[in-house]
Amino acid sequence: MSELDQLRQEAEQLKNQIRDARKACAEATLSLRLHTTLTQGHLAKIYAMHWGTDSRLLVSASQDGKLIIWDSYTTNKVHSIPLYSFWVMTCEYAPSGNYLACDGLDNICSTYSLKTGEGNVHVSHELAGHTGYLSCFQFLDDNQIVTSSADTTCACGALKRASRQPPFTGHTGDVMSLSLAPNTRLFVSGACDASAKLWDVPKGMCRQTFTGHESDINGICFFPKNNAFATGSDDATCRLFDLRADQELMTYSHDNIICRITSVSFSKSGCLLLTGCLGVTDDGMVVATGSWDSFLKIWN
Amino acid sequence: MQDDKTGGVPIRTVKSFLSKIPSVVTGTDVVQWLMKNLSIEDPVEAIHLGSLIAAQGYIFPISDHVLTMKDDGTFYRFQAPYFWPSNCWEPENTDYAIYLCKRTMQNKARLELADYEAENLARLQRAFARKWEFIFMQAEAQVKIDRKKDKTERKILDSQERAFWDVHRPVPGCVNTTEMDIRKCRRLKNPQKVKKSVYGVTEESQSQSPVHIPSQPIRKTTKDDIRKQITFLNAQIDRHCLKMSKVAESLIAYTEQYVEYDPFITPAEPSNPWISDDITLWDIEMSKEPSQQRVKRWGFSFDEILKDQVGRDQFLRFLESEFSSENLRFWLAVQDLKKQPLQDVANRVEEIWQEFLAPGAPSAINLDSHSYEITSQNVKDGGRYTFEDAQEHIYKLMKSDSYARFLRSSAYQDLLLAKKKGKSLAGKRLTGLMQSS
Repeated sequence: MSELDQLRQEAEQLKNQIRDARKACAEATLSLRLHTTLTQGHLAKIYAMHWGTDSRLLVSASQDGKLIIWDSYTTNKVHSIPLYSFWVMTCEYAPSGNYLACDGLDNICSTYSLKTGEGNVHVSHELAGHTGYLSCFQFLDDNQIVTSSADTTCACGALKRASRQPPFTGHTGDVMSLSLAPNTRLFVSGACDASAKLWDVPKGMCRQTFTGHESDINGICFFPKNNAFATGSDDATCRLFDLRADQELMTYSHDNIICRITSVSFSKSGCLLLTGCLGVTDDGMVVATGSWDSFLKIWN
Repeated sequence: MQDDKTGGVPIRTVKSFLSKIPSVVTGTDVVQWLMKNLSIEDPVEAIHLGSLIAAQGYIFPISDHVLTMKDDGTFYRFQAPYFWPSNCWEPENTDYAIYLCKRTMQNKARLELADYEAENLARLQRAFARKWEFIFMQAEAQVKIDRKKDKTERKILDSQERAFWDVHRPVPGCVNTTEMDIRKCRRLKNPQKVKKSVYGVTEESQSQSPVHIPSQPIRKTTKDDIRKQITFLNAQIDRHCLKMSKVAESLIAYTEQYVEYDPFITPAEPSNPWISDDITLWDIEMSKEPSQQRVKRWGFSFDEILKDQVGRDQFLRFLESEFSSENLRFWLAVQDLKKQPLQDVANRVEEIWQEFLAPGAPSAINLDSHSYEITSQNVKDGGRYTFEDAQEHIYKLMKSDSYARFLRSSAYQDLLLAKKKGKSLAGKRLTGLMQSS
């Protein structure tokens, strides 16, 4: 244990050095300009949104029970999908653009196939198995999806056979969000037990645990490279963790911000960390934010 | 803020048509007061702050259900301390039902229900069908109590009560400031929240909220759990950790390298379609001709070239010229295998084995004996991750060997310097051959 302590002391010193170095290269402030507002779609709070990998289509889910796919550049609605349940918590786009997944309080992840011949969108698969609501998921590809749930587990499920690997257990609180590494072999999850865990998908186990936050972790996002990730939490701070150093690198907080942080996202180079209910496109050109006043806004 | 004498906002009674409007302030007054006392210079800021206070329910417009603040002569009233949100109200639907019922009983034009309120009342009547008599009686009792009050006082109280309900049961389309994130609902047992009824009604059976999820029984930590924890912690100590300075350096180096690819920081070339409405950039990206910047990126790391479709094609062509394309093809085949639906996995594993690894395979790849052993074992089980080990090995091989040569090759250099396509394909291959020999 003392070795760990020594390492931690060293880390403290280094943290201070880094902080000073960063202060020295503090850049000009960045202002984002509001580009468009996507209105006339939702009638209630927007709970979740996600960009497609083509950086133009995005899907948003709201508590009026609808999933809407927008072409963000032309602000046209491409699809509008009514859901069975009003309580939608999250939605995701598959990397290929062929599928959409969403979940509500019914604990089931429903996927919708978008590229059907007839033109209308229907439920293609349902993945059950969790005993708590699904807080977040990400598609590994068209056939597999990693989910995180309030029953404190994450799972990797295969869609076509509707089966799951044994779940990833280890968290002691509801898992609120997850983020896949760019190489899709690993993912990190953040939970209400204030810890983030790194999981190995093929091996099905937890590799590392990161503590440091003082309260529930709501949002988590991988750095563009495989080695680090950022988390946003109820304690109003964002923290950057590194996988190789196995600990927290930096804390980002601001005196003006005392409210909880719900989600985080990196810009393409990793220079910027944006927080809110938002997503940055894959090509890094714009960020979309969704809000409880039922509007989606695109900024750049 | 309310106290007139000590420099608060002036509250007055305004004479209107036939009656007096008691105890009101104008929006302008409030905004002025905020600016003066909180040293706010920008009126927009003061209006925003005022709107926030109104949205929470401390001030309300007397003739509108929507709780915002405007900087004009619209009249507002202060909420009574009884109804302040700081009292942590969580009013039940029964209370709301009593309130709406009460409103229908009092035959006054100004108390007529709005459309959404009428809908709500209808819904509640259906929901509380069995209890409706009780609710009706409560409403009648409330009306009786109200009648005894002074007319002006009643006006004020009515409006305050209505504002209270505007906060807790807002007009559709307005943000409900009292609502919590539903995901945290079931865990939050806020001891300060008051469960008492607004109208003093005692309830035996509380109505169930729609989000009633039974809380999970807490598992006691067993010896097993602690043993697992110890193994985990041991692994953690043994793990080789990099120094923070190195890690930070590498992250900073990464961001610096990629800064020119980040459209938030460096403007994109030729122009960001979102800003200039010109989609040339996207057209270029779609085409097979890679831009100089994109080609440069292939040199950053092996992963970059593998990620980019055009990069992969170029690399594959180069490997073909060196007669070592089976490595990349194997790597691509394994990546594809991982995406297959479960029912196809077994077949694909067999195919890959036959093509690349079996004795006498047409595209035999070069694996060391250890990896070969592991892989042939895995093939028997035939899962998605059968070839993980082999793939790692081949990846490293390509990275240290072929990739390095590719970057030095004239094919790559030409693209990097954006030379026009003068040389023929055969010419490129020949140069490639010559370099590798």
